[in-house]
Amino acid sequence: MSERSIIVSRRRIVGGLAAAGGLLLSGCSRTDPPTYGNLLRMGDQFTYRAQRLLLPQRALAREYSRADITSVPAIGNTDPGDANVPGFDEHNGPRYAQLRAGAFADWRLQVEGSVTRPGGYSLADLRRFPARTQITKHTCEEGWSAISEWTGVPLRSVLEHAGMKPSARFVNFFTFDQGADSIDMLDALHPQTLLAYGMNGRELPIAHGAPLRLRVEKQLGYKSQKFLHRIVVTDSFYDPGKLGPIGAGWAWYVGI
Amino acid sequence: MSPPGSSEHHPGAGHALWVRLTHWVGAASVLTLAFTGYVILMAHPRLYWGETGNDLTPTLIELPVSRNYKHGGWEVRTSAFPTGGAAVSAVRTYDILNWNGWARSLHFLAAWCFVLSGLAYLVAALWGGHLRRDLLPQARELRARSLWADVRAHLRRVSPAHGGPPYNLLQKVSYSFVVLIALPLMIITGMAMSPAINAAYPFLAAMFGGTQSARTVHFLLFALLVLFVVVHVVMVVLSGFRRQMRAMTVGRSA
Repeated sequence: MSERSIIVSRRRIVGGLAAAGGLLLSGCSRTDPPTYGNLLRMGDQFTYRAQRLLLPQRALAREYSRADITSVPAIGNTDPGDANVPGFDEHNGPRYAQLRAGAFADWRLQVEGSVTRPGGYSLADLRRFPARTQITKHTCEEGWSAISEWTGVPLRSVLEHAGMKPSARFVNFFTFDQGADSIDMLDALHPQTLLAYGMNGRELPIAHGAPLRLRVEKQLGYKSQKFLHRIVVTDSFYDPGKLGPIGAGWAWYVGI
Repeated sequence: MSPPGSSEHHPGAGHALWVRLTHWVGAASVLTLAFTGYVILMAHPRLYWGETGNDLTPTLIELPVSRNYKHGGWEVRTSAFPTGGAAVSAVRTYDILNWNGWARSLHFLAAWCFVLSGLAYLVAALWGGHLRRDLLPQARELRARSLWADVRAHLRRVSPAHGGPPYNLLQKVSYSFVVLIALPLMIITGMAMSPAINAAYPFLAAMFGGTQSARTVHFLLFALLVLFVVVHVVMVVLSGFRRQMRAMTVGRSA
């Protein structure tokens, strides 16, 4: 009797948990970041789903006034053209140094994948889009924060110009310092998600990601990738292995 | 399992099943949160007051904690503006980045366990009257003289306890503070640091005077809770370890 009731209640608990999990994961198994059976990645996934479900997605990150702008450290890779820096890419590093020598005149942002008009955008092309300037807070995973002014083109404008297909689910970014990461469409189409070429009223400095960096204002700083050269729109999650956050043991979604 | 509050507690009855369950899930979560929180702190053991703070701005407290990354020093500071001005930017030369990604993910996994078990605890404690009957000190008990007398009595000798309610005055005060103030504030200050939650509910950080202030309060509460856990365990040991552990595990202390 008691054994039976234990089994029944355990079945109920397992069934309940499965139902709750199903609620959180329903219909997105193919378009969600993989967990690889890793308990930490499952926790990340739970936080991602819970925040997407519970938080008003149209909310804007707070914008500040120019008087609020603070000092700002530049960390991580601060020069992809420097062969002495860890993460130096044998192919992209020298290419970056060469482009920088030419003031990035020959630099192009490649936009490809699930778009009807793939192509390359020069800095001049990007500057021709209506610009957006926002003074926002950068929250580093280390614990520090800084307020800066960012100027650039909303990612949404470029995606629309390239003819993003309705099947698109993720936007992937590739950088000169061996980085690759992605964001979902909610973040990609958010009005504050910028491809920034200006910072604090001048051109984006090398240490902060010249010629172009991403700004994702509702996640931790490491999602705002620096030194962009390529964007690939995909219909399902693409895991870039060791180059991406999951391969390096970091959470993919860090709205936190 | 009897519904919460259906049985009147009498000395020696130990703790109700739901108290024991949420106590241990909560304890495991809090210990995990404390450990991973410390690992996260190691990347930047500087605390600030206000909205922002970093290595180039003044600190409120610099903790004597070794950093879990290595860098090659700071390169020249330059003005952050083309026109000059007070704000600067400096390059932290890259050496070894911290690899605390696992600690942050585990911190949030434990936080989910903590929040869910904490909510279950609060609902049961309110519904069954455990909170009102056993935890909240009566207004007439809360006199400086009786508190002082209880402190002195504990310093002289910790008398053997029966395990479980009814609690003495110091127990009521400290348990109520931890359950109703410190732990909920821990969750609120934690959420006040999140960029996504901040965007949706800016008042959370504003209540503390900014995101970095919330981080500082989060740390101070951590220190306070560590102190609570230490004193709590010492008291359990001094008041009859076997009986207390029986009361919080099998539920019978006698």
